[in-house]
This record gives sequence, structure tokens and C-alpha cells, in this order.
Amino acid sequence: MSDSTTIANAAVAEAGHPHHGEHPPFQRHHFESVVQQFDAANFAMWLFLLTEVMFFGGLFMSYLIMRNWYYPAFVEGSHFLSIFWGTSNTAVLITSSFTVAMGVWCAETRRKKGLILCLILTFILGLMFLGIKGIEWHAEWVEYHVPGLHFSAETFLNPASAPEVYKEYHDKPLSLGMANKTELYFFLYFAMTGMHALHMVVGIGILAYIIFRAWAGAYTTGHVTFVENFGLYWHFVDIIWIFLYPLLYLISRHQ
Amino acid sequence: MIEGTHEHKDETEEQIHIVSPRIYILIGATLLILTGTTAAVSFVELGPFNVVVALAIAVIKAMLVVLFFMHLRYSPRLTKLTAISGIFIFLGLISMTLADYISRAWGRW
Repeated sequence: MSDSTTIANAAVAEAGHPHHGEHPPFQRHHFESVVQQFDAANFAMWLFLLTEVMFFGGLFMSYLIMRNWYYPAFVEGSHFLSIFWGTSNTAVLITSSFTVAMGVWCAETRRKKGLILCLILTFILGLMFLGIKGIEWHAEWVEYHVPGLHFSAETFLNPASAPEVYKEYHDKPLSLGMANKTELYFFLYFAMTGMHALHMVVGIGILAYIIFRAWAGAYTTGHVTFVENFGLYWHFVDIIWIFLYPLLYLISRHQ
Repeated sequence: MIEGTHEHKDETEEQIHIVSPRIYILIGATLLILTGTTAAVSFVELGPFNVVVALAIAVIKAMLVVLFFMHLRYSPRLTKLTAISGIFIFLGLISMTLADYISRAWGRW
């Protein structure tokens, strides 16, 4: 902006960070400094994430209302989810959030090998998450719990017909009307986990591109914006799961 | 004069804040422990408090991710304000929708 600011930036560049220089090639002309450019992109990413909060918020809201309306159906429906797989997947996703955070640190401290390693680990953990999700979805398919496509309320009209779940929860048979509402539970289950999984697929796609670019050394020259913002996206998807996990798997065990 | 300008610019930091791996490891381990805790607590019969405990732990985990993994704790004020306003609007929308549903004569609550 003013000359004095330019002088100040140059002074800071000389004194503190010799690598940055006054105008690194990745700094766009309309930004005063790399930090300002970083903050602007960061701010935009947060705004995008807010729209995502609203998007998933609608699903959470529906779940809240429908669970209260058709409480027995939602409780018995959730008894068919596997706590083991749900907890494992939470651990996998949290670990992947950790590896992506470490990747951001590697990019910031210009460790190319470390960055690539962290990104590849994140990539593998992301695929693991989707694989486990696939196992769970398959189990629901086998039990005729896929709304619209492959659904039957039989396991809720006659709980003893699903011996493994019955042994654990001793669910009482639901009335026909309430048993049919379990389709609504599974609709929300597939909508929420499916939308979350779609975000994972998009994230893994972007991650593949980032790994490719990191290999070429794109993010270890001081230009960390893209990796940092991808990290924000990945952590956000992690947070969605952090709420899906108790709501879908945990809170109905004793009801 | 250069010193003065420098001081003035301090409002936004001169450098991107680098969070150390030590903090990431600490937060990552805490998150895994909390995941184990919430799974274990779900096996204990607590009546209505099962929901309360599960959601409280989820909120703590989300806060840890936002503050440290997403660096909100070290971000400019504008970013902090953005994140907080997002949560505020979300809670506002939930309360308004719930107020509507609860006060209708449908009688499902």
C-alpha cells in the first residue's frame, strides 16, 4: 500500500525470513504479503465450511425431529448398526486427521518427504474408512434395511428373526405403523453417512492431486495455502463424523 | 519509522503460525482416548444421560479438532469470528425450527 509498509515488509523479509524474499513467485500482486494472501484464502475456506455446516445441519435437524417423533423405530433401527465398526471407523478418521495435520506441519517446515508420507497415509486411511463403511452398508443390504431399494420391516415386526441383534438387545416387536417408520431411520442413516462418504470421496480425489503436486515440490516452497485449506476440509469432514458416530451408533443402546 | 510501521502491522501476524507436532500428537491421542471413552460409556446404563454424555464428548472432540487441528486458536480474529458466528447461526436455526415443531398442535412431543 504505502511505501513505508513495503519497506517494513522488506525489512522483515531480510531480518527474519530470508527464504521468503519480498515477492515470492506464488504471491499474487493484489496482496500485500504472503501472510495476507494466506489469511484471505483461509477466510474464504472457513466461509465455505460454514455453508457445509448449514448443509449437514438440515440432515441433523431432520434426525433430531424424526427421532423424537418415531422414537421406538429409531431406537430399534439403530440396534442394527455395529458399534465395533463404527468405533473403528471413528479411530481411522481421527488418525487420518492427525496425519493430515502433520502433513500441514511438514509443508510449513518444508519437509517434502514427510509431507508425501503424511498425505499417502491420509489417502490410505481415507480408503480404509470407505471400505469399513462399505462393509456396514453391505450388512444393512443383507438385512433388507436399504430404504426404497431393498427394504422389509420384518426384523422389527418379529425381532427374533434377527437372532444376533435380538440376543443383545431383546427388542420388543413394533406395531406395523411404527415398524414401517424404521425405513425413515435407515433413510436418514444412508443419507447422512452417504453424504459424509461423498465428501470423503471428493476429499480423497483432491488428495490424489495434492500428492501428485507435492511430489513435484509444489507445497514445500513456503506456499502452503492449498495444503492448509485441504486440511481444513478434511478436519471438517472428520467433525461431521464425530457427531454422526454418537447420534447413529451410541445413544440408543439402552432405550 | 520502520519500527513504528512494523508495530502497527502486528494486528495480523507477520508469519503463519506453525503448530508443533507435539501438540498434534497430544490432541490426536486425546481424541482417540475420548473415542474409546464414549464407546465404553455407551455400554453403561445412564438413562437420559447416555445422550448427554455422548454429545458432550462429541462437542469436546469437535472443539479440540477446530482449535488445534484447524488452528482456530492461532487464527486471526476475523476467522475466529467467522467460525463462532457459524455455530451461533446454526444453533439459532435449530432453536427456531424446534420452537415451531414443539408449539404445533400435532401432538407428537
